[in-house]
Amino acid sequence: MGMNIAEKILSRAAGTPVKPGDIAVVEVDVCVLTDMNFLPASWREVLKMRDPERVVVALDHLVPANEPLSAQAHAKAREFTQRFGIKRFHDVGREQGISHVVVADNAYALPGTVMVNPDSHTCGGGFLNCAARGVGLPETLFAVTTGKSWFRVGECIRYEFEGKLRPGVSAKDVFLHIAGTQGAHVNQNVEYGGPGLANLSLNARRTLAVMSTELSSEFAIFEPDQPMLDYVRARNKADFTPVYPDADATYKEKRRIALDTIEPLVALPDSMVNNSVKVGAVVGEKINQAFIGSCANGTLDDFAVAAKVLAGRRVAPGVRLIVTPGSQAIYRDALAAGYVAILSEAGAVVTNATCGACVGGHMGVLGPGEVCITASTRNFKGRMGDPAARIYMASPATVAASAIAGRIASAAEFFAGDLA
Amino acid sequence: MSVIAGKVWKFGDDINTDLMLPGAVMAKPEAEQMRAVFAANRPGWVDEMKKGDVIIGGRNYGMGSNRPASRSLRNIGIGFLLAESINGLFFRNSVNFGFLALECPGCARAFEEGDVAELDLGAWTARNQRSGTVLKPLPVPERLMTLMTGGGIYPAMEREGLIAPRAPRSDAITKIRTGALSRSAITKT
Repeated sequence: MGMNIAEKILSRAAGTPVKPGDIAVVEVDVCVLTDMNFLPASWREVLKMRDPERVVVALDHLVPANEPLSAQAHAKAREFTQRFGIKRFHDVGREQGISHVVVADNAYALPGTVMVNPDSHTCGGGFLNCAARGVGLPETLFAVTTGKSWFRVGECIRYEFEGKLRPGVSAKDVFLHIAGTQGAHVNQNVEYGGPGLANLSLNARRTLAVMSTELSSEFAIFEPDQPMLDYVRARNKADFTPVYPDADATYKEKRRIALDTIEPLVALPDSMVNNSVKVGAVVGEKINQAFIGSCANGTLDDFAVAAKVLAGRRVAPGVRLIVTPGSQAIYRDALAAGYVAILSEAGAVVTNATCGACVGGHMGVLGPGEVCITASTRNFKGRMGDPAARIYMASPATVAASAIAGRIASAAEFFAGDLA
Repeated sequence: MSVIAGKVWKFGDDINTDLMLPGAVMAKPEAEQMRAVFAANRPGWVDEMKKGDVIIGGRNYGMGSNRPASRSLRNIGIGFLLAESINGLFFRNSVNFGFLALECPGCARAFEEGDVAELDLGAWTARNQRSGTVLKPLPVPERLMTLMTGGGIYPAMEREGLIAPRAPRSDAITKIRTGALSRSAITKT
């Protein structure tokens, strides 16, 4: 029987064919560390390093430092990168960004390779045909020191995209549709492909790959196509071999997604598994804060959508709209495109690149009883601050429209004139 | 030695990492993180539970983040965790932090809160002492079990000279884990 993409990548990295149920012990091509690794509560002093060329360090969760403990972590990271001669270091400053976003911006995640990072949203690297996976703090130190890691090989669900999204509908809605109708994918891999893939921008694929983490899937990997390969080659000169599924690849199930049938959706507070409703079901719910950002929705496409909705309009009185780019590179692109000026004029607070409000760390923490609508990665109870806050998850368009209304609102009117 | 038993606390489906380790204490010392376990969904639980107690979860246990939630459950003294299914990243962290967490289909129905769950690692069975129901956890490769029951990956990495040993800890966590200090004492510190 043939193999799907995850099985082929893991087999190559393990040096032996693997099948569902196996434990694949693999060579890791890239290991990313973040500021979370270097916190005093978690850091363990590394004595050996397999290969500094395979290591990326990105300070992202708490940047610039929000308290002395994170400042200590950043200092430790600086010392570490210098000691081991790690060149790909994304410190606070020009190259700053959320680890998954700098990995995407610079195509560190190469097609057909294996990448690990402590952070759960590492699945995001799958948009570049990379077997990328969050593995936690101890495992990344193991990978840095030995160059190896292991994976349980799961069965695979293949999503076949067909058609094209309607105006005002985004990859976030595709995710909310999958999570809302298919539930969790524990111990399973997810593969994305099909003729409709060509109609999803690379930024849309980033969003979907990152959000696949929330399906509890192991890997979420996109089939390569020409735009993906061009994107990688324009950013990373290293050789790579893209991996396609075999014609007779084995899947637990193939599911068809007709993109043109997807509607804007919202996940109700506390979970995104089997928890999506149409925007209409919650329209009118009063909000205190709106957030667009994170590794899922801090792309230039997300800025463009927010600017389109907010141009010439104002954020409702009493509502905070916080917009956080995924990287400083995206911030500069959004500046050049005029989006930052539009958003700022509308009353949004545009922050530096960081995980920030998404992880409830700083720059937009919620208070007791507050209601937030967010285009980020998670709406868990207490995620963005006080446990008594309520967090609705939606697309950047829906969040921007809600910020103007001061209540959860449909963005449909802002896209009514657009061609499908 | 291979049979462990503890009083059952039940949690439902899709229990996420943020409930076990809230973002507000993510950068804080371990002792502070321990105090925050399930603070949002079950306030006061860390004071009610006792060392050696057991968690029975539903499907998709530990969904979410890589934050070391397994370490917090280990630190507060949970003897083991059984769930219908476990998020892969939470499972890996459980292996690496030396916290015994096994997938055990049927466990959510087989146990009520307050039951005593008995895990026999030799026979590879989970038993409800009250009802006598016996379940089979899903298999875990031996080398992962060795890490999970042997203190996790850091001691192994120290032995191999990959990371530096930490100075022996005289802090509150070590005292709690060795029984020299009760958990409630932490409240006052």
